Amino acid sequence: MSTTGTALYDIPGPHAVRRHRLYGVAATAVILAVIALVLYVLFDTEQFTAAKWRPFAYKGIQEMLLRGLGNTLKAFAYAAVLALVLGGLLACGRLSEHRAVRWAATVVVEFFRAMPVLVMIFFVFVALKVQPLPALVTGLTLYNASVLAEVFRTGVHAVARGQREAAYSLGMRKTQVMAYVLVPQAVRAMLPAIISQLVVALKDTSLGFLITYEEFLHAGKLIASNLDYDLPFIPVVMIISPIYIGMCMLLSRCATWVSRWERRSVKTEAVEVAPAEPGMLLPGADATHPSAPSHRSGPKTS
Amino acid sequence: MNVLTDNLSLYGKGLLGTVELTVYGSLLALALGFVMASFRVAPVGSLRVFGTAWVAVLRNTPLTLLFFAVLLGLPRFGVVLPFQLFAVLALGCYTSAFICEAIRSGINTVPTGQGEAARSLGMSFGQTLCGIVLPQAFRSVIPPIGSTLIALAKNSAIAGAFSVTELLGTYKTLNELGYSIIWSFVWIAVGYLIVTLTISALFNVLEKRWGVAR
Repeated sequence: MSTTGTALYDIPGPHAVRRHRLYGVAATAVILAVIALVLYVLFDTEQFTAAKWRPFAYKGIQEMLLRGLGNTLKAFAYAAVLALVLGGLLACGRLSEHRAVRWAATVVVEFFRAMPVLVMIFFVFVALKVQPLPALVTGLTLYNASVLAEVFRTGVHAVARGQREAAYSLGMRKTQVMAYVLVPQAVRAMLPAIISQLVVALKDTSLGFLITYEEFLHAGKLIASNLDYDLPFIPVVMIISPIYIGMCMLLSRCATWVSRWERRSVKTEAVEVAPAEPGMLLPGADATHPSAPSHRSGPKTS
Repeated sequence: MNVLTDNLSLYGKGLLGTVELTVYGSLLALALGFVMASFRVAPVGSLRVFGTAWVAVLRNTPLTLLFFAVLLGLPRFGVVLPFQLFAVLALGCYTSAFICEAIRSGINTVPTGQGEAARSLGMSFGQTLCGIVLPQAFRSVIPPIGSTLIALAKNSAIAGAFSVTELLGTYKTLNELGYSIIWSFVWIAVGYLIVTLTISALFNVLEKRWGVAR
């Protein structure tokens, strides 16, 4: 986060530090003013009255929201699993040695990548007259599978060429090379990208709202349009968005965490050696403390 | 085929709506993304925090939720604008987070030595920025911005579901007129392909002209 990494600024001297502090105070003041304005508008339009927030204390409303959230997660789970499977198949197709298979897979992947997800969802929903959940899952699966297929393919291509050559020269067959050598390394390297794509799928489940799938946003809309509770639209948004954003952030955090774990290699890890203590002896010098000099702690987790 | 020829003006209007949403949304996203990127690399802590929060929140918000909040929420504060403008606002803000990250990583690819060399030649901050850092950042930023704007064009379909005139929304009218749904969707798909392929061709040209030679 520090600015020393960019080419833009020098390390600030005393003058610049003072100036930056001044800018900082001014910027903080402006940001706080904007937040205050938003809060003022919220209070001014009476968004925090008890009547608008009371419904959230009712059991029925809470259950409705939870049911919506459950439906969202259900659609996400179906879409994620199916997209991973179909994506794997499409990637196999694109990597195939048969030209017809490769060509067909390429057409499918490129077409579904270029189409808006919503067009596919609407097509399945309207033209094929399917229930909302299958329509949503189909649309999400087709789109995310094509993107994931590209991710898998890039991953397989990114494995160093020597690996493939070595495997072939050991007498492995095509399938063996794929299954034992290329795919494990590719998936390992591409795990962060795969998880990021799953975040996209999770976000896109909210498109189900547009085809009347009873998911989280739909539940919110039902509460928001209830006259008995004084149309609590803004409270609903205030409750729903943190949950959505939180779920997506959690999954994104997983991706960052995995990529950090990925970069950590056992081979290049510095082994922490305990600092020498005055009483410590060289190996073999004292038989009564055989373990003391060769003390090693486990791999450092940074 | 006659779905297209009979309803050419309807499709034309839809395509024009999509193009308008894409163009205005892109302009807003580019401007806002640039501002946010400058906040994120600023030496001022509070601006950095603001930029980071903006990106983290918008990148993890489902676009449907954003549309929902902007198109149905802002009118409750007495902000009454045409729906198309609301849609541009939602699309632009959402995409600005992705543009910001692209620009920021573009700026970060410029080696520190470039800036140090510029300063040691006596260049001012403005000269370093406009003469050294931004031109190099621009070159490496073309491909990611291209794919972000293609995503924006595709995302504009959501506006159609919130009754903004655009390509996907035309199916409703055609459906009511009794045309074959499958064919009307085929032509909608063709329309989106035209838009996305145009953007990708445009960015290919830009890339060939100014991109980093690999």
